[in-house]
Amino acid sequence: MSINTKIVDDFVANGVDFVTTVPCKQLAGVIDEIEAREEIYHIPANKEDEGMGLCAGAFMGGKRPAIIMQNTAIGVTVNTLVTLTQFYRMPLPMLISYRGELKEPVACQVEMAVHTKALLNQLLIPTYHFHHKSDADELDAILKYTFMCNKPVAILTDATFWGGYGE
Amino acid sequence: MIRSEVLRDIAPILRDQLVICNIGLPSQELHMIDDQPTNFYMLGTMGLSSSIGLGVALAQSKKVISIDGDGSVLTNFGTLPTIANNVADNFILLIIDNGSYGSTGDQPTYAGKKTSLTAVAKACGCENVVECKAEDTGKVLQAALDSNKMTIIVCKCESGNIKLPVITKDPVVIRDRFMTAVQS
Ligand SMILES: [Mg+2]
Repeated sequence: MSINTKIVDDFVANGVDFVTTVPCKQLAGVIDEIEAREEIYHIPANKEDEGMGLCAGAFMGGKRPAIIMQNTAIGVTVNTLVTLTQFYRMPLPMLISYRGELKEPVACQVEMAVHTKALLNQLLIPTYHFHHKSDADELDAILKYTFMCNKPVAILTDATFWGGYGE
Repeated sequence: MIRSEVLRDIAPILRDQLVICNIGLPSQELHMIDDQPTNFYMLGTMGLSSSIGLGVALAQSKKVISIDGDGSVLTNFGTLPTIANNVADNFILLIIDNGSYGSTGDQPTYAGKKTSLTAVAKACGCENVVECKAEDTGKVLQAALDSNKMTIIVCKCESGNIKLPVITKDPVVIRDRFMTAVQS
């Protein structure tokens, strides 16, 4: 089974049925898989804070939302995470491509990578880092944990996890 | 008419609907005029009223009205293409366009100058966009509800604010009673 299929299978098994995405090269496969699943309403967002608003609404409407985005989005969404998702105590699994780690070809991505975990830590967001393929075995438990505690939870997935950049 | 007068005018229509209300004075005004468990008050996060409302509308079948402002739509312009391309016929976006950032002291917005939010919404692909005078908002809103079509209403009103208290309800209480109302 491909890692994209495994990730989306875990989403579906946990009742995740509303997913908003802002693309990243590394997430292309998982976004395709989300789009292909009938169980999931896929709504691409133009910006990640907009996506978090959609997820907040979907949650209040009775869905189980998730967002898929790049780690650069942490810089975009601090206010939304704090004043919407956390303040109103809503669950939000965030599957994040962790750009700027080992094997990164674009120097500018490193500038945000060095702040990513510090920001998540400062925001008291539970954070999991997938580096080896087998780390994804915990995704099912992470999703259960997220909907148990009603918090945003970050799942950082780096280039090594995705098998590099196809170079 | 200023925004608080528009809200007072349409409160009997809003009463029976799920309402997502914009941050700041609009929420404080609606809370004072006619607090309902079907109202979700935004206490922060400028710009996301339309996104939250669309999310609620796509997730379930009851009608949802997002009350937004011109300044807030300007800050989250990306919302209009998303709305246009994810049609929810139980969703109404009511933009109360007073041409100013009301909650921060009535600084002018570009919507009060050259930029037409009505034209932008149409250009983004929204199919039912109605611009109206403040006095006609109730009539237009009721027609939108009756049409069972996703509608964007741009209500042109005067800028101006009334003095009123902040909302002290706990956010989790606001969210929980709203979710209970959604499910009832
Ligand atoms: Mg305004």
